[in-house]
Amino acid sequence: MLAVQVLINALVLGCLYACIAIGFSLVWGVLNVINLIHGSFIVLGAYLAWSAYQWLGISPWYTLVIAAPLFFAFGYLLQQLLLNRVISAPVLVTLTLTFGLDLILNNAMIYYFKADYRKLTLSPPTGSISLFDVVVPVDRLIATASALALTGLLYLLLRRSKVGRAIVAVRLDRDAAVLMGVDVKSIYAIAFGLGAALAGCAGVLMALIFPISPLTSSAYLGKAFVVCVLGGLGSVSGALAGGLLLALVEGIGSTLIGPAHATTLSFVLLIIFLVVRPQGLLGRKGFE
Amino acid sequence: MTRVNLALLILIACVASLPLFGGAYALRVGTIACMYAIFALSWNIVGGFAGYPSFATAAFFGFGAYATGILLNKGVPLSVAVIGSLVMCFLLATALGTVLLRLRGHYFAIASLSLVEVFRELVNNATDLTGGGMGLNIPLASGSGILADATFFFYAMWGLLLITAVVVMIVSASKLGFGLNCIRQNETASNMVGLNSTLYKSVAFGLSACFVGTAGGIYAAWVHYIDPSDVFDILYSVKPIVMALMGGLGSPLGVVCGAFVYLGLEEVVWRNYIQIHSGVLGVLIIMLLLFLPHGLISLRSGMFWRKAKHV
Repeated sequence: MLAVQVLINALVLGCLYACIAIGFSLVWGVLNVINLIHGSFIVLGAYLAWSAYQWLGISPWYTLVIAAPLFFAFGYLLQQLLLNRVISAPVLVTLTLTFGLDLILNNAMIYYFKADYRKLTLSPPTGSISLFDVVVPVDRLIATASALALTGLLYLLLRRSKVGRAIVAVRLDRDAAVLMGVDVKSIYAIAFGLGAALAGCAGVLMALIFPISPLTSSAYLGKAFVVCVLGGLGSVSGALAGGLLLALVEGIGSTLIGPAHATTLSFVLLIIFLVVRPQGLLGRKGFE
Repeated sequence: MTRVNLALLILIACVASLPLFGGAYALRVGTIACMYAIFALSWNIVGGFAGYPSFATAAFFGFGAYATGILLNKGVPLSVAVIGSLVMCFLLATALGTVLLRLRGHYFAIASLSLVEVFRELVNNATDLTGGGMGLNIPLASGSGILADATFFFYAMWGLLLITAVVVMIVSASKLGFGLNCIRQNETASNMVGLNSTLYKSVAFGLSACFVGTAGGIYAAWVHYIDPSDVFDILYSVKPIVMALMGGLGSPLGVVCGAFVYLGLEEVVWRNYIQIHSGVLGVLIIMLLLFLPHGLISLRSGMFWRKAKHV
C-alpha cells in the first residue's frame, strides 16, 4: 500500500510542480530569458491569498480570479518598461537584470511581511479522503485540480486564440514572425504577463498547502528550473511530464534514502539530464 | 607588460598599505576587498575571457572553506591546508568542467547554479564530517592577539590576490587566453581550426575555481566558524558578476576596480539602510545594466581623455 500512497502523492505534487514551472517555461521558451523573479512572484501570490483570507475573509478560490489579472498587469508593465530595453543583450545581462528585480521584490516582501513563516488555514478544515489505505487531503486535491485546470487553460489559449498562435509563432521563429506582421515586443510583454499570472495563481494554490515565507522563493525557482529541464522548454505537455517525473523521483527517493537527500537527488537528476538529454523528455532536438 | 596590467599591480600594491592608516575596521574591509577582487578576477577567467556565464563561485568558495576547515580540525597546519584546498579545488573543478562546459548559454548557467545547491545539500547531510547545519568550528590559528591575527589574515588574502592577478595576466597574455577569446567569439569555428576547446575551457574553469576555493579556506580560518547557508550563499555567485559588469567585462583592471567600487557601495548601503540593503543592491544592478552596460572601464575612452584614432 505504501507504494500506491507514494504514487498518489507524486501525482498530486507533480501537477503542482507543473503549475509552478509552466509560466517559467513559457517565458524561457518565448523570450529566451531566465526569469529569476519567478520564485518571488509565486511567494507574492501566496501572500495575496493569505492576506485576502486573513483580513478580508475572501476564500482562496476567489483570490485566484483576482490574482490572475493583477499579476498579468504587473508582468506586462515590467516587460514593457524594463526588460524590453535589454531583450536583445546577451544571456548574462537579462539574467542579472531579473536577479536585480528579484532582490527588490524579495526585500520588499521581507520588509512588509517579515521573514516569519505563515500558514493559511481554512477555518472549517476540508479534511481528507481515504480510499482503502490511501489518504489524500481534500485541499491538496482541489489545489491539484485547479493547477491542472490552469495548465489546460494555457494550453487552450496557446492553441486556439490569435494571441496564443502569435506567441507560439514568436517562439518558433522570431524573424519570420516579424515578417508576418507580429508585434514582437508586445507579444513578449504578453508572454511575460502570462508567466507572471501563472506564477501568481500557482502561489495562491501553494498557500493552501505549504507554509509561506519570502525565503521559500528560491526553492520554488529551483523546482521550476528542474521541471523545465526535465520536461523540455516552452511546451505545456513538457512541463507536465517534467513535474510528474520530478515528483516521482523525489517521492521514491525520500522513501528509499530519506527526505534529507531529496533536493540533492533532484539536482543530480537535473545535471544528468542537462548532459545526456538537454532538450528534455518531450523536447525536440536542435530546437531552441 | 602593458600599461593596464601595470596599473592593476600598482592598485593592488596600494591596497597593501592599508594597515598603516586604519585600525581593525580598515583591516576587515581590506580583507573583504581582497576577497571580492579575487572573486571578480577568477570569475573573469571563465565569464569574461571564455564568455561562459558561471554561477559556480559560491560552490567552490564553500568547498574550499569546508576543505580547509576540516583539514585544520584534523590538525593539519594552515599553510598545508590552504594549499591542499587549492589543489583539490583545481582538480575537482577541472573534472566537473569537462562535463558541465559541454553545455552552453542558459543551460550552463543553470547547471553551475545547481552545483551550489548540490554542494550545500551534500555538506548539510554529511553531518559526521562537516557538522551539517550546526556548522563547523575551526580552531584558532594562533594566540597572538586580535589585531595581529587580523593583520595576518589581511596579508594572506592580499597575497592570494596578488597571485591571482599575476596568474590572470599570464593567462590573458598566453595561448590559453587567446584560445579562450576564440571560444567566446565563436566556439564552433575555434573547434574547426583545431583548438581543443574542451581542454581550454576545463582548465579555465579549474583556474577560476582554485583561487576562489583558497580564498574560502582563508576566510574559514579567519572567521573561525562556517555553516552551509553562510559559505554556500548564492550571493557569492552573483556578486562577482555584478562587479565584473560594473567594472567592464573581460578587463582585469576593470573587474578589480569594479570589486572595490562595489564593496564601497555595499558598505555605505549596509550601514545606512540595513533593512532594505538587498533591495538597494537590486536597484543598483538594474541602473547599471540599463545605463552603463559596458562598465566603468568604458567611461575612460570617450569621456576623459580623447585619443586620436588611428585610421
